[in-house]
Amino acid sequence: MAERSFAKEVEHLRLGEGEVFKGEAILAITKGLLQAGVSYVGGYQGSPISHLMDVLSDAQDILGELGVNFQSSANEATAAAMLSASVMYPLRGAVAWKSTVGTNVASDALANLASGGVTGGAMVIIGEDYGEGSSIMQERTHAFAMKSQMWLLDPRPDHAQIVDFIEKGFELSEASNTPVMLEVRVRTCHMHGSFVCKDNVRPAYTLDDALNTPRRDLGRIVLPPAAYEHEQEKIRHRLPAAINFIRENKLNEFFGPDEGKVGIILQGGMYNNVIRALQYLGLSDAYGNTKVPLYVLNVTYPLIDSEIEAFSRNKDAVLMVEEGQPEYLEQALNTVLRRCNVAARIHGKDVLPMGGDYSVEALLGGFEAFFETNDPRALGNRPPRPDARPVLALAPVEHLKSVVPARPPGLCTGCPERPIFAAMKMVQEELGEHHVSADIGCHLFSILPPFNLGNTTMGFGLGAASASAFSRSTGKRSIAVMGDGGFWHNGLTSGIGNAVYNKHDGVFLIVDNFYSSATGGQDILSSRAPNKTRKTNNPIGKAVRGIGATWVREVDRTYDVGKMKRVLTEALTTKEKGPKIIIASSECMLNKQRRVRPLEARAVKNGVRVIKQRFGVDEDVCTGDHACIRLSGCPSLSVKHLDDPLRDDPVAAIDNSCVGCGNCGEVSEAAVLCPSFYRADIIHNPSWWDKFKAKSALAFIGFLQARRDRRRVVLEAVA
Amino acid sequence: MIRNETVKLPLAPGGPATERPISIAIVAMGGQGGGVLTGWIVKLAEDAGWVAQSTSVPGVAQRTGATIYYVEMMQASGGRSPILAQMPTPGDVDVVIASEFIEAGRSILRGIVTPERTTLIASSHRSLAIGEKSAPGKGIADSGAVTDAIGITAKRSIIFDMNALAAKHGSVISSAMFGALAAAEILPFPIEAYHAVIRGDGKGVTASIAVFDAAFARANNNAENVTPLPDPVPTKQVRSPSAPMQPRVAALVERLQASIPLKAQPMARAGLAKVLDYQDLDYGVEYLTTLEAIHRIDVELKGESKGFALTLNAAKYIANAMTYDDVIRVADLKTRSARRQRIGDEIGLRPDQLFETTEYMHPRMEEMVGLVPVRLGEWLMRHERVYAWLDRRISKGRRVRTYSPGWFLMLYTLAGMRRMRRASLRHATETAHRHDWLKLVADLTPSNYALGVELVKCQRLIKGYSDTHARGVSKFGRVTDEIKLLAHREDAADWARRLRETAIRDGEGGDLEGLIKTIRSFA
Repeated sequence: MAERSFAKEVEHLRLGEGEVFKGEAILAITKGLLQAGVSYVGGYQGSPISHLMDVLSDAQDILGELGVNFQSSANEATAAAMLSASVMYPLRGAVAWKSTVGTNVASDALANLASGGVTGGAMVIIGEDYGEGSSIMQERTHAFAMKSQMWLLDPRPDHAQIVDFIEKGFELSEASNTPVMLEVRVRTCHMHGSFVCKDNVRPAYTLDDALNTPRRDLGRIVLPPAAYEHEQEKIRHRLPAAINFIRENKLNEFFGPDEGKVGIILQGGMYNNVIRALQYLGLSDAYGNTKVPLYVLNVTYPLIDSEIEAFSRNKDAVLMVEEGQPEYLEQALNTVLRRCNVAARIHGKDVLPMGGDYSVEALLGGFEAFFETNDPRALGNRPPRPDARPVLALAPVEHLKSVVPARPPGLCTGCPERPIFAAMKMVQEELGEHHVSADIGCHLFSILPPFNLGNTTMGFGLGAASASAFSRSTGKRSIAVMGDGGFWHNGLTSGIGNAVYNKHDGVFLIVDNFYSSATGGQDILSSRAPNKTRKTNNPIGKAVRGIGATWVREVDRTYDVGKMKRVLTEALTTKEKGPKIIIASSECMLNKQRRVRPLEARAVKNGVRVIKQRFGVDEDVCTGDHACIRLSGCPSLSVKHLDDPLRDDPVAAIDNSCVGCGNCGEVSEAAVLCPSFYRADIIHNPSWWDKFKAKSALAFIGFLQARRDRRRVVLEAVA
Repeated sequence: MIRNETVKLPLAPGGPATERPISIAIVAMGGQGGGVLTGWIVKLAEDAGWVAQSTSVPGVAQRTGATIYYVEMMQASGGRSPILAQMPTPGDVDVVIASEFIEAGRSILRGIVTPERTTLIASSHRSLAIGEKSAPGKGIADSGAVTDAIGITAKRSIIFDMNALAAKHGSVISSAMFGALAAAEILPFPIEAYHAVIRGDGKGVTASIAVFDAAFARANNNAENVTPLPDPVPTKQVRSPSAPMQPRVAALVERLQASIPLKAQPMARAGLAKVLDYQDLDYGVEYLTTLEAIHRIDVELKGESKGFALTLNAAKYIANAMTYDDVIRVADLKTRSARRQRIGDEIGLRPDQLFETTEYMHPRMEEMVGLVPVRLGEWLMRHERVYAWLDRRISKGRRVRTYSPGWFLMLYTLAGMRRMRRASLRHATETAHRHDWLKLVADLTPSNYALGVELVKCQRLIKGYSDTHARGVSKFGRVTDEIKLLAHREDAADWARRLRETAIRDGEGGDLEGLIKTIRSFA
C-alpha cells in the first residue's frame, strides 16, 4: 500500500480524445505512455518519479484492459533489462527512475541495450533530481546518454509538449533503432498544468505475440564481432537516422525573430525561466513573444549541426543556457561552429553559474552580462529589474541569518526507526563510538541531529557492502545499516551475501518497516500486507539465513528500546565470528496511521470500545534538561516555557500529534533519564466494567488525595 | 533601497501582454498542508478561467524539513497561454504564505519578501526546529528578530496564530492560510470562489469552511499590522482557587515582607511557596532564614545599588537547591489531585471517555539508598555485596499504572515518606552541598560582588534525575573549583559566567574541559 491512494489520479488515465487533463506532469507522462501504446512499463520508485509508479500500481484494471504489463522492478538494472523486450520485437516499452542514481545502477543493462539497438520504441523516463530539493549527488544524466549513445529528450516544461514528446520519442527510437531518455526535472515532475488528451492505445503487437513467435538475431547480441559492428552501426546508421528524424519532425524549436545580433540556445527544460528572465530585461512578454532569437533544444543529444549552424550564422554571439556541469553542450557547440567556420562568439558558463539551479535570478545575471558585452542596445533604458540584494543587506535581515535555525528533514512522529537509533546512541555511550556505514532511505536521517550516527553512505542497498574493508576487525566492530528497500534492491547479495562469503566480523542492522518508505511507502518482497497482484510476505530473516548467515537476531518491536540495546550490545561483543545480523522490524508509522486511523475512527463512531494511546510530560517533574529530545527528535516532542520565575529552562512537552508509539517512555526508562513521561490510555466507548473499575478506583484515590490535601501547607506563588 | 536613479527611467508598459503573472510562494515544513493549500490556490485560479501553474520540491523535505511551493497565475491572451516560471524570483513575489513563524524568517532570507511587492501572510505559532529543542538549557530562536525583519521587508503583513485558530475549529492550518489569503484581496476572486474550492475538496468541508471564515474575519481585523505574538506563550499554571491563608503561613509571608527588599519579594515568595509545597512549614522557615543570611551580606556590601542581585538570585536558587528532585517528590507530584485534571485537559478528554496512565520509572539503588536514614544508608554504601544484591532487585524499568488502587497506594505511601525526608541520606548530602555552596558565596562575595552573584547562579547546573543529576553535581564541582582558582582576578565574574554557560552545554556544543585548560593557561 503506497503512502497515499491514487484512485482519483487513476481516473485521469481513462480520459479520452479531446478531454482536458489537469494535474502533475509526472501523471501526464503516465497518461502519455498509455496514449503512445506501450506494452510494458517498469521502473524503480524515488523522487521525483514515484507518483508514476504509484499511479500505475493502482491502475491495474486499466492496464489490464489495454494489455499493458506493469512491474515495480527490483531495481533500476532490472527495469533497464526489461527494455530488452523491445530489442527483437516491435513492442513499445518504458521504464522510469530517479537519476543519476538510478541510471548508475541501470547503466550495465543500458549499455548493452544501446549497443545492440532496438526494434520497438524503448524509453527511459529520467527524473533528473538536480538542484534545490534534490536528495542525491549533483550530477547530470547527459553523460550517460552520450557514452551509450541514447537520445536525450529535454522538452519544454509544458504538459502538452512533454506528452507529445513521449509519442515522438518512441517514433524516434524506432526510426533510429536506439533507446531514448526523456528527462524531466524535479520541479517539472511536480508541476501542475494541463493538456488535451487522446484516447489510450492498445498495442497492435502484443507481448503474447512475441512469446508465441520468438525471434532471434545473433547480430543484436553484444559479443564480438557483433559488438564492433554495433559501434559502426551507431555511427553510420542510427545517428544519421536520428538527426533526420529530429530535423524533419522539428523536435527542436525556434522562437523570436529570424535575424538578430545575438541569440540564445537553451535546453528545453530551461525555457520557462529563460522567458521570465528575458521579460525582466524587457526582451519578451509573458506569453513568450521574444525579441531575442531562441533555439530551444528539446533534444539535447544528439545536437543537430545544421540547425546550430543556421541559427548562429550572421550572429555576433550566441549564449548557451545549459544547467549543470560539465558544460557538454557548450563544448559541442564550439566544435560544431569551428568546424563550419561560423564566427559567432560562444558564451555560456563564462557568464552563467557553472553549477546549481538555473533559477530566473541566476539566468538574469548571466543575460545581463551577455547583452552588456554583445548587444548593449538591446537592454534599452535598463528598466529596474527585481533585486532583493538591497533588502538582504539591511541590518535586521543580516541579523536574521544568525537567528533562523536549520530545519533538516527528520524521522516522522512515531517512526519505528527512532528507537533503533536511540538504542544505538545509548550503546555507543557504553561501548564507545563505532564506525557506522549508513545507507539510503529514511534511516539515513540518523546522520542528522539529534542522533548524529553514520560515517558514510555509498548508495542504495550498499550500506552493508560499504563496510567491506572492515571485515577483519580485531577491536571494535563496524556497524552497517540498511533498510528493507535497499536490502531487496541489491543489499541481500552485495551486502549480506558478500559479508557471509568473506566472513565479515561486523554488525549488520537491517531496518525492516514493511515498505519502501522513503520513496512513498511502496510494497516490497517482505511487506506484510497481502497484495492482490504481487507476492509479499517473504521475510528478510528467511533470506539472510538462506544465503548462509547464522548469527541472526530478529527484534519484532523496535520500540522495545531495552531489547534493541541488548541485541546491539550482544552483536558488538559476542565471541562468535562471522556477520552478526540484526533485523529490526516495526511498521512504518506514516503508513500504519494511514491504514489504522480510518478503521479506528469508524470503530469509535460505531460505539466499539477502542483504546488510543498518547504520551505526555508532567511539567513539574521535568527539569528541562532535554536529554530525552537528544535521544528522540520526534516532531511531537517539543519544549515550552513555564510561567514560573524559578525555572530557567523550557520543559519538554508533547503535542496532539503524538501517536503513542512509546519511544519516549522506553527511552527514558532504558537510558534512566527521568520519570516525567506518562502514557495515557484513552478509552473510547468504555464498557460498564471499565466505568465501574474507574469509579471505584477514583473513589479510593480521591479519598487519599483529599486526606493529604488537608494536611498540605499551601501558599500561592504569586501574591 | 540604494539604487542609481539615473538608470531607473520610467518604462511605459507596452500593453497588457507585458504584465507579470501573480506569484505566490508557500513556505512550509514538509507534510504540513502546504501541498493542499497549493492545490486550492491553483483550483481557485483555474475555476476563474485563469492559467495556473504550481511547482514543488517534495523530495526528502516532505519528512518535516523546510520546503517551498510556488504558484503563478495569469489569464491567457488571444489564445496564447502565459509562460510561467518554475521558481520564485527574489524581489518579484506578490504573496508569501508561511505556515510557521521562523519559516517566514527563512523566506525573508531567500529574498522573496520585498517592500515594493510582497504581502506576507504568516502564522505566528512556532514549531521548534530540532536544534532549538535539543539544546541543553535555552535554545529557542528569537522570534522578535523575525518580527523586526518583517517590519522592514514586507509591503504588508497578515500575522496571527493560524494553527491555534485551525485547531479551535477542528481543522488544519491550510484552511486558515487560505482564509487569510482571501482577506488580503490580492487575487481578484470573490470569497464565494474560495468557498467553492474548499467544498469541491469533499473532505472535512464544514470544519474547513469554519476555519476559513474565522481566518478571513481575523485577517480583516488586523490586515495592516503585525501582531506581536510570536514568542511561545508561557502556559499558565493551573491553580486551585485561593483559600484563606493558613495563619502560620501568613506569619511567614509577613516576615518575608519585612526582611526581604521589595525587588526580591516576588521571587522570594515563589521560592517560599515551592519550599512549603515541597516539604512543610519548618522547611519554609529554614528557607527564609537562609535567604535572610545572604541578604545581610548583600546589605553590608551595599547591594541596593546593584538591585540586590545577590538576594534576588539567592531567593531563586536556594529554593531550587532545597527542593531537590527525589523519589518522594516524584511520587507526590504524580499522586496529586490536580494532576489528573491537567492530563485530562491535555489529552482533550471528553465526558464519555476514561483514561488511565502508565509511568515509565527506572528506580535504582542510588535512589533507594537516598531514601533510607543516614546511618543505614552509609552502612549500605560500605557493604558493596549487599548493595549490589539489592541493586539487582531494584534497578529495572517499571511500568506504573498510576490510577490502579495498588500502584496508587504504593506511590501515595512513597509520597508520605516526606515526613522522614529530613532524616534521609539524600537530604544530608543535599544539605551539605547547600551549606558548602553558600559558604563559598559568603566567602567570595565581599571581595567581588558580581562573582558572588555568578556563583549563586551555578546552582542551575544541578538538576534532573539519576545520571543527569550526577553529571550536574560533577559539573558544579568542576566549575566552582575553577572559580575558586580565579577568584582573585578582576574579571572573575566574567569567567565564572562563561564557565557556567559552557558547562550547561558541555558535550552538546560546549567544551568545559577545553575552557578549563584555557583558563589554567593564564590564571
